[in-house]
Amino acid sequence: MDKRKVIELQDIRRNFQVGDEVVHALRGVSFSIMEGEFVTIMGTSGSGKSTLLNILGCLDTPTSGEYLLDGIPVRTMSKSQRARLRNRKIGFVFQNYNLLPKTTAVENVELPLMYNSRVSTSERRKRAVDALVAVGLGDRMEHKSNQMSGGQMQRVAIARALVNDPAVILADEATGNLDTRTSFEILVLFQRLHAEGRTIIFVTHNPEIAQYSSRNIRLRDGHVIEDTVNTRILSAQDTLSSIPMNEDD
Amino acid sequence: MNITNLFKIAFKALVNNKMRAFLTMLGIIIGVASVITMIAIGQGSKKSISDQISEMGSNIIMIHPGGERRGGVRMDPSEMQTLKLENYQTLRDECIYLSGISPNVSSSGQLISGNNNYPSSVTGVGLDYLNIRQLKISDGEMFTENDIHSSAKVCVIGKTIADNLFPDGSDPIGKTIRFNQVPFRVVGVLESKGYNSMGMDQDDIVLAPYTTVMKRLLAVTYLEGIFASALSEDMTDYATEEITRILRREHNLKDGDADDFDIRSQQELSEMLNTTTDLMTTLLACIAGISLVVGGIGIMNIMYVSVTERTKEIGLRMSVGARGMDILSQFLIEAILISITGGLIGVLIGCGASFAVKWIAHWPVYIQSWSVILSFAVCTLTGVFFGWYPAKKASDLDPIDALRYE
Repeated sequence: MDKRKVIELQDIRRNFQVGDEVVHALRGVSFSIMEGEFVTIMGTSGSGKSTLLNILGCLDTPTSGEYLLDGIPVRTMSKSQRARLRNRKIGFVFQNYNLLPKTTAVENVELPLMYNSRVSTSERRKRAVDALVAVGLGDRMEHKSNQMSGGQMQRVAIARALVNDPAVILADEATGNLDTRTSFEILVLFQRLHAEGRTIIFVTHNPEIAQYSSRNIRLRDGHVIEDTVNTRILSAQDTLSSIPMNEDD
Repeated sequence: MNITNLFKIAFKALVNNKMRAFLTMLGIIIGVASVITMIAIGQGSKKSISDQISEMGSNIIMIHPGGERRGGVRMDPSEMQTLKLENYQTLRDECIYLSGISPNVSSSGQLISGNNNYPSSVTGVGLDYLNIRQLKISDGEMFTENDIHSSAKVCVIGKTIADNLFPDGSDPIGKTIRFNQVPFRVVGVLESKGYNSMGMDQDDIVLAPYTTVMKRLLAVTYLEGIFASALSEDMTDYATEEITRILRREHNLKDGDADDFDIRSQQELSEMLNTTTDLMTTLLACIAGISLVVGGIGIMNIMYVSVTERTKEIGLRMSVGARGMDILSQFLIEAILISITGGLIGVLIGCGASFAVKWIAHWPVYIQSWSVILSFAVCTLTGVFFGWYPAKKASDLDPIDALRYE
């Protein structure tokens, strides 16, 4: 396989100073993620997965070790350089959607491109519309965020993560706020994106989700304790079909 | 991130919070409107005072004898005899900056008509005097050049004199009044001017040919003073210089000698009054300026609350690639949009209020274009100044903390 390394972590350590104590959130994490992988990162709370996610998302920098995103070293970058990198290379999907209030779906999806001056107004609108169609919300473009269900809001958030054509999509408990059925609908969407060749990192504490990804990394106390390739990937579509329809749908 | 996008984002944020944006604007609106109105009122009263001064004759130049000493003792100017009738004639013939010139001699005493009498003085003047003092004849006419030649015993009287000598309201024209035993025929009555700003009754006046007063009343050859008017207010200084030069020559004064006359113009008075009204304008503008600052603090307050309330939004924007600069600009632009919009509305309301004061209260009001520009500029700066701190606070947020903020 001559696929690109999208993410390469080399002995990442992250320490926090809490009062007089130094808390070691990550104690030497190393792994690489290739283009087109669907990786779940699991761990209980306190395992360091949030810290790892912040570092992977270039929101935080490691205390030591090197992080290469798409071949670019991140650790020595300034705040605004990292902002630019996030804008071009990363798509975030959050647990609580984080859509702008009183703003239409298409405007929410346009947001990352608003901070990219190389994208013209017309191209921005076109890409946002395409992304919304891709997540199955072609008929909800002008709906405001408060007029949508949780599943729809999460789809808008995924469209927003796709719109800048990122190197990696980072999902943080993206199904955590959704009911089982809607969770699987979102998982179906993630599997489809994976099938299209997208690189996805899905951080979760729900072990069930690991069965639908291509690789599973487990963290405990700041160490990687397990890194397995999933050879028997379950189809979220099949699972979804077996779940009875919600009565209120 | 280009600036158009920033404006779009900021505008959208304001539209999403219309009521709050309007209430914030209100502070600026009131501030700007009051600055403009206050300055308009201040400048209006300044203008009305300077109009009053020019009504008295803003170009007026008064020449009096003065500066003479005898044995080290300064003399009372009215007793000096240095200003001669010939000086008046020379000035009249030679001065090019003057639009009019008149001698001035006066004699005080009791005016009598029938069984009415009134203490006043008769002022001997030339024909130009009416123009110099901005006086007008309301009834009858001014005495003539002939009357001056023949030292005729004719006079023009002011309203106060007419009312006191003819209390029954009969027409004074053609009547004879006596002044210190000398009979004068009234040929005209002056239009009333009321009291001047010094509280002097400008209608307590009797004008007669200067020749008559000099020869028949006082029997003198010298003048009490000379009144002149410059071609325009700006020319007053040139005219003063010219008069000084001519009089020094006529009086044979050597280079080192002090002037033996004294020249005054209304300019000094108008400067003094301008200082007073300028002070008033400044005070009014200060009060209004304070309200502008209060409006600015309103902006700061709201922007500060807005930043806290939108912490999560800021975190999101940062996570999708907004740099600190972008966030700073967005909030700064929001503050500036509030202050500029408020400023524009304030300008309109300020001008409207100024006109309302003019029409309803009949105050003199004069909208200054500089006050409009100044208050608008100040309110924009207010927006930048008071918007800066909250915007800076927003841009300094850590994206991780901001995203987690509940």
